[in-house]
Amino acid sequence: MSQQPRIVFEAIEASRSFDVSKGPLQRVLSGEGRRILRAVDSVSFGISHASTLSLVGESGCGKSTMARLAVGLYRPTGGEVRFEGQNLSAARAQPALRRKMNMIFQDPYASLNPRWRVRDIVAEPIRAFKLLQGPKDINDRVGQLLTQVGLSAKDGEKFPHEFSGGQRQRISIARALSSEPEFLVCDEPTSALDVSVQAQILNLMRDLQNRYGLTYLFISHNLAVVRHMSDRLGVMYLGRIVEQGPAEAIFRTPRHPYTRLLLEAIPDISSVGRRRTPVGGEVPSPIAPPPGCTFHPRCSLANERCRTEKPEHTRNDDVLVACHAVQEGRAV
Amino acid sequence: MALLDVIDLVVEFPTRRGTLRALDGISFSIEPGEILGVVGESGAGKSLTGSAIIGLLEPPGRVASGQIQFEGSRIDRLSPAQMRPIRGRQIGAIFQDPLTTLDPLMSVGRQLVETMQTHLKLSDRDARARAVQWLEEVGIPAAAERVEAYPHQFSGGMRQRVVIALALCAEPKLVIADEPTTALDVSIQSQIISLLKRLTESHGTSVMLVTHDMGVIAETCDRVAVMYAGRIAEIGPVADVVRTPSHPYTEGLMGSIPSLEARVERLRQIDGAMPRLGAIPQGCAFNPRCGRTIARCFTHRPDLMPAGATQAACWLVGGGAA
Ligand SMILES: Nc1ncnc2c1ncn2[C@@H]1O[C@H](COP(=O)(O)OP(=O)(O)OP(=O)(O)O)[C@@H](O)[C@H]1O
Ligand SMILES: Nc1ncnc2c1ncn2[C@@H]1O[C@H](COP(=O)(O)OP(=O)(O)O)[C@@H](O)[C@H]1O
Ligand code: SF4
Ligand code: SF4
Ligand SMILES: [Mg+2]
Ligand SMILES: [Mg+2]
Repeated sequence: MSQQPRIVFEAIEASRSFDVSKGPLQRVLSGEGRRILRAVDSVSFGISHASTLSLVGESGCGKSTMARLAVGLYRPTGGEVRFEGQNLSAARAQPALRRKMNMIFQDPYASLNPRWRVRDIVAEPIRAFKLLQGPKDINDRVGQLLTQVGLSAKDGEKFPHEFSGGQRQRISIARALSSEPEFLVCDEPTSALDVSVQAQILNLMRDLQNRYGLTYLFISHNLAVVRHMSDRLGVMYLGRIVEQGPAEAIFRTPRHPYTRLLLEAIPDISSVGRRRTPVGGEVPSPIAPPPGCTFHPRCSLANERCRTEKPEHTRNDDVLVACHAVQEGRAV
Repeated sequence: MALLDVIDLVVEFPTRRGTLRALDGISFSIEPGEILGVVGESGAGKSLTGSAIIGLLEPPGRVASGQIQFEGSRIDRLSPAQMRPIRGRQIGAIFQDPLTTLDPLMSVGRQLVETMQTHLKLSDRDARARAVQWLEEVGIPAAAERVEAYPHQFSGGMRQRVVIALALCAEPKLVIADEPTTALDVSIQSQIISLLKRLTESHGTSVMLVTHDMGVIAETCDRVAVMYAGRIAEIGPVADVVRTPSHPYTEGLMGSIPSLEARVERLRQIDGAMPRLGAIPQGCAFNPRCGRTIARCFTHRPDLMPAGATQAACWLVGGGAA
């Protein structure tokens, strides 16, 4: 019997709402009530050690909000987020656990301080967590980190603007690795990069995972990238996960109508000359989401129940799907 | 006769430290009704090629040599006043960000009417009726009620639909679409691309579709040009370029794209980066990253040569390596 891998990260019915009301005076004048935007709405998933779980979905569905919840940049307004079996706030209060999680952002330029030399950018977490003391030890470690991500130790002397987009993302990765993390949250790490540079970064992330047993929460709107990277997959729509399970199972047989729509919408290089039926509709406003299943205005399988009753998750093999049609066996 | 002929086009930017050559001898043509895709890494020269064709190169950028012919007549030497009636009427443009094309202070209906009346002889009434028709055609629901709406009242996808209507409403023969869906969501992207394809097909419009998304190219275009460091590395029918590329760069590029169909352990990776302008190596610009170089790659620059169904700028094709 193989041992169950340990769960490194877990979200348990995690929610995050934002108050997007107008100011109190304007509210009185316009007679409008408070407006609450549920960016992440009761989301549950776990990520086991040395594996990758990806979240996909269209803009505004709550991916980045979930990423920020996962590293403690936002506190949940409902439910719980856990790291290494502890509530995240408790975990983050302990430097020994806090340094084990880190984040890589989409825009490798905005996330690097332009006035710092690369060696100071990379060394910052080492100093903050007092992982090494003497300047020589820190310098050696920075050189080692830069080499690991495919740059050279000499690049430490330069400033971020002297690098290309792909090289800057390597610098962000070197910095993220410098606190020797176990868990990395990667929010669209290659979305700003060209495909050839993307391949370099994705390969690097894979190599690092194999070498150091890293656990990834990976976020992207690009399903082909996600397929390449993930062990497990969560498909988000308007703040909720509508389908989740082993990535291969979902790509092989997508069940939720929204997952199918997403897969159908994506042009692929293997489909030269393919004729597609374009999918209709746009994502509704998350401030006043449709009642029942929030996907019903765009769903060809929607019926009366879908318009009134929110679908719960039901298990099909190892895949969780929140859809009445799937549950009723209408989605074939 | 081809609709558009670009012949040995060179675009340069004079700078204090010398002249930067951003496009270095580009040749291709677009047939009537054809969709030509243009792909390549950022900085390869895709947008500059488009700007040069519509006569919107930002100074000090200039066409240093070569020709651009539209229906057989040169358009690269025209004054701004001579170019204005061609832009819009003969050649339409769609850019990545709809807000750069739309006037925020004018209703979308007004913008359509003005564009049509600038180029076509239409009464106010006819122009207004056509504006509604165009909004319907690009899929704006309740078009008749929304002609008076302003751009900010539309979502990003809707705005890009309006931009397409604006680009097509004067019935140009060629549309240059520079990353028209890059700023949009995946499901909206496919709606917009299908729309563009359907409309240009039904109006017989040619399209130069610039994108870095090979998937979009594969599904939409007849032919594709792959650009690298200001040159065309390979050009040919989409199926051939995607499935049996001849240029080592195209081959690397195709291998680096994750596919929905087949999962691979490791993506194929082209090490290194595209050279910056002003630091382009002698010989073939791809030589520092190429795994198949021969002596000539470092001394002589390859031009496009026939390579099976495509043309590739590489010494390994056309008997170069034999
Ligand atoms: N600080 C905030 N205040 C108010 N609303 C917010 C805040 N952060 C996010 N939102 C809203 O929450 C929703 C989810 O946003 P989020 O950034 O998580 O989306 P996303 O899935 O990452 O989208 P994208 O693909 O565009 O990055 C959006 O409607 C967004 O406008
Ligand atoms: N105004 C300008 N001044 C100097 N160089 C420019 C200017 N515009 C573009 N370039 C350079 O020309 C090259 C091609 O640019 P562009 O056509 O925008 O690339 P692409 O659209 O393929 O990303 C790049 O190296 C870019 O830096
Ligand atoms: S619950 Fe109903 S509306 Fe929602 S996805 Fe399923 S079938 Fe469609
Ligand atoms: S010409 Fe030489 S360097 Fe250039 S792509 Fe061909 S083999 Fe490689
Ligand atoms: Mg985001
Ligand atoms: Mg461009």
